[in-house]
Amino acid sequence: MHELSLIANLFEIMEQKAKEKNAQKITCVKLKVGILSGAVPELLETAFDIYKKNTMAAEAKLEIEKVPLKLKCQECSAVTIKQDLVFNCEQCGSTNLETLEGTDLFLEKMDLEVE
Amino acid sequence: MKKQEVMVLEDLLGSNKKIARDIRKKLIEKGIFAINLLSSPGAGKTSLLERLSEILSPDYKMAVIEGDIETERDAERIRAKGIQAWQISTGGACHLDAKMIGKLFTEIPPDLDFLFIENVGNLVCPASFDLGESLRCVLLSIPEGDDKPKKYPKAFITSDALIISKTDLLNKLPFDIERAKKEGLDVNPRLKIFRTSTVDGSGIKEFAQYLIKELKGLRRSNA
Repeated sequence: MHELSLIANLFEIMEQKAKEKNAQKITCVKLKVGILSGAVPELLETAFDIYKKNTMAAEAKLEIEKVPLKLKCQECSAVTIKQDLVFNCEQCGSTNLETLEGTDLFLEKMDLEVE
Repeated sequence: MKKQEVMVLEDLLGSNKKIARDIRKKLIEKGIFAINLLSSPGAGKTSLLERLSEILSPDYKMAVIEGDIETERDAERIRAKGIQAWQISTGGACHLDAKMIGKLFTEIPPDLDFLFIENVGNLVCPASFDLGESLRCVLLSIPEGDDKPKKYPKAFITSDALIISKTDLLNKLPFDIERAKKEGLDVNPRLKIFRTSTVDGSGIKEFAQYLIKELKGLRRSNA
C-alpha cells in the first residue's frame, strides 16, 4: 500500500503545473496506470479522495486509464500485448524483448480553471 | 474563468528515479557495488547477509542498510558480525525509497566493496522503488510456495537474481523447485537463479562468487 505516497507525488506535480498556468482550480486529473506499475487503480482513487480535501483539486474528478503490457520483439520486431505474463514473443518465441508500455505511472493531463 | 486542458506527461515516480540515478552514478564512481534485497518478511534476507559476511568479509569490505517498519534488531544482528550497519525505521511505510538512502550517503565509507540494502519485508511495494542499486535480488523461500513469481510479478520482473532460500526444507514441504524456476524465468528470462540454505550453508558460496564477479565487472568498466 504505497499508493498514498504516489498520490503525494502526484499532488506536488499537479500543484506546480497549476501554479505555472495561474490556475484557480483543478477540475479533472487523468492518470495512465500500467498494469505492471505496481499501483492498484482502486487504491489510487481512495488515496486521491483523501488527499484532495482542502487543495485546489478538492472538487477534481480522477480518471484512470489502465495501460496493458506492450512488448516489442528485438528479433522479429513483432509487437504484442501481453495478458499472461510470459515474457516471450508470440510470433517467434524469442525472449529478447523491449518493454514499450505498461510499467509506468503517468500524470497524462489535467483540466484547469484559469482566470 | 476559462477552462484549459494541460498535457503534463510526468512520471509519478520521476523524483525517486532521479535521486536513484544520482546515487547509482556516485556509488559506481566510487567502485561500490550496491545490492537491493527484496522478499516477503521472513524469507531469510538477514540470515543470508550474516552468512555472506562470513564468506566476503575476510577479503571484501561490506556494509548493510537495514529497512524495517520498526526496531533496530536486524542492524544489531549484522553489527554482531563486525559489519557496519545502519537501520532505517520507516515508521509504517511499506518500502524504502531513494531519498532515504540519499540521506545516509555521506556516512557510507568510500572504500567499501559491497553495500547491501535490505528492503522492508514486502513482495509488492519495494519493487516500484529504484534505490540506486546496481543489482536487485529477490528471495523466495520454500515455505512461501512455488507459485509466487506470477502472483507477485513485479518483484521478479525487476530483479536480476532470484534466490530460492531455505532449501533445507525441500524434503519437508511440497515445493516444486522446477515450477518456481519456470515461473521466475517466464516473467523474467534473464533472471540468474540460486538455491541457498543458511541452515546447511549450501549455495551461499556460489551467490557470493556471483557478487564478486559482478563487482569485478563494475570495477573493470570503471577503469
